[in-house]
Amino acid sequence: MELADIGRILATILSIVGGLITAAAGMVYAERKVAALIQQRNGPNRVGPWGLLQPFADVLKLFIKEDIVPSISNKFVHFLAPVISLLVALSAVALIPFAHNIYIADINIGILYTLAITSIAVYGITLSGWSSNSKYALLGGLRSSAQMISYELAMGLSVVSVILLTNHFSTKDEYLRLSSIIDAQTTVWNIFRNPIGFLIFLTCAFAECNRAPFDLAEAEQELVGGFHTEYSSMKFGTFFLSEYINMFMASAITSILFLGGYHIPFEGLFADKINPTLLSVLEVMMFLTKTSFLIFVFIWVRWTLPRFKYNQLMNIGWKVFLPLSLLNLVVIAAVLLFIK
Amino acid sequence: MLGAYFPVLILLFLALVIAVAFVQLAKWLGPSRPTRIKYSAYESGMDPVGSARDRFSVKFYMVAMLFILFDIEVVFMYPWAVQYKQLGVYAFAEMVTFIIILFIGYIYVFKKGGFEWE
Repeated sequence: MELADIGRILATILSIVGGLITAAAGMVYAERKVAALIQQRNGPNRVGPWGLLQPFADVLKLFIKEDIVPSISNKFVHFLAPVISLLVALSAVALIPFAHNIYIADINIGILYTLAITSIAVYGITLSGWSSNSKYALLGGLRSSAQMISYELAMGLSVVSVILLTNHFSTKDEYLRLSSIIDAQTTVWNIFRNPIGFLIFLTCAFAECNRAPFDLAEAEQELVGGFHTEYSSMKFGTFFLSEYINMFMASAITSILFLGGYHIPFEGLFADKINPTLLSVLEVMMFLTKTSFLIFVFIWVRWTLPRFKYNQLMNIGWKVFLPLSLLNLVVIAAVLLFIK
Repeated sequence: MLGAYFPVLILLFLALVIAVAFVQLAKWLGPSRPTRIKYSAYESGMDPVGSARDRFSVKFYMVAMLFILFDIEVVFMYPWAVQYKQLGVYAFAEMVTFIIILFIGYIYVFKKGGFEWE
């Protein structure tokens, strides 16, 4: 491997990771502004023009606050939990293709890597709840780990249905590669071929990210702060940073699996007529537009729907989504037998 | 082959550095003025009663076990989905049989009350 190659890889990684962290700050701002819009308030408008510098002021504040570790907690695990959360959130971006030639790595097991890494996030939450040695934190950690693993099943099954579609429609032969999944959607997006799978996947993504209406982990009326009750200063901020990065990742993966990712509608008509750099830029913009829209949906849902009760949450996961996603899989497999 | 994974390894390392830096910087930059009350576990302003290292509901264990069972079944479906078009009707029949057997297990757990949270 040439030195220039390593330099190029490093530059790509640094710009994507930097962009991701900045995007998380932007999403905090967007969340507060959209919430204000929905509740007819002004939202942050004091720090910088239209309050745009608010998230940076918040991060600065979090950094210079006292880091409180409860004296009865397990110190090392208490330190490890936020590290795992952020590590997992950042490394999930590895295989996301922002355009047909912009990605950190393009591996033939793309979707498996992405699912595997994102499901490690449950460790950060469970460990933080357990290590704090506080009852609120323990209950919050247990609740959200049970919730995350319950919804992962239906999520995994709806991904299988997308792979079935990829296997049928893609012109490439590595069906787990994220670019093949996008390639299979050049004529029709998967959301139209597999609408039930899309709804299941999106709902499970809400649950996986611990977002409302499934934010049982931090139901503040009953559990104070849930798993991060005993966290303060930037350790607390790290959990929030990873939550927002996870939200970005969930939106990005949903747009790749169901909305055609970076593919621009009717791209085949003009792709070879325009400058390749311009094409890449347009693809990145297309991808970010789809992702931002899904992020907006995440925020919109949070400020619209009330929180579920815990038994409702588990009932929906096990008694509705699991059988429904199995049925959806069988129906899609049966229909694909008849389509040539 | 392994070359494709090289950028992923760099990313994992970089992510670890960033994560440790974020958490550790907070410790160094912030003040440290410990008092006994401040460093006790939060329990709505009361002195903590007992320890959190206590028994908790067996249902959480149930969920974890059921997850492992069903997740392994889901893993079996990935290789099937990847070769579905090439294998044709045979693969469909095999997978329907598999899903029916899985579903019998699901109904058993359902009847036993494994999914009840009331």
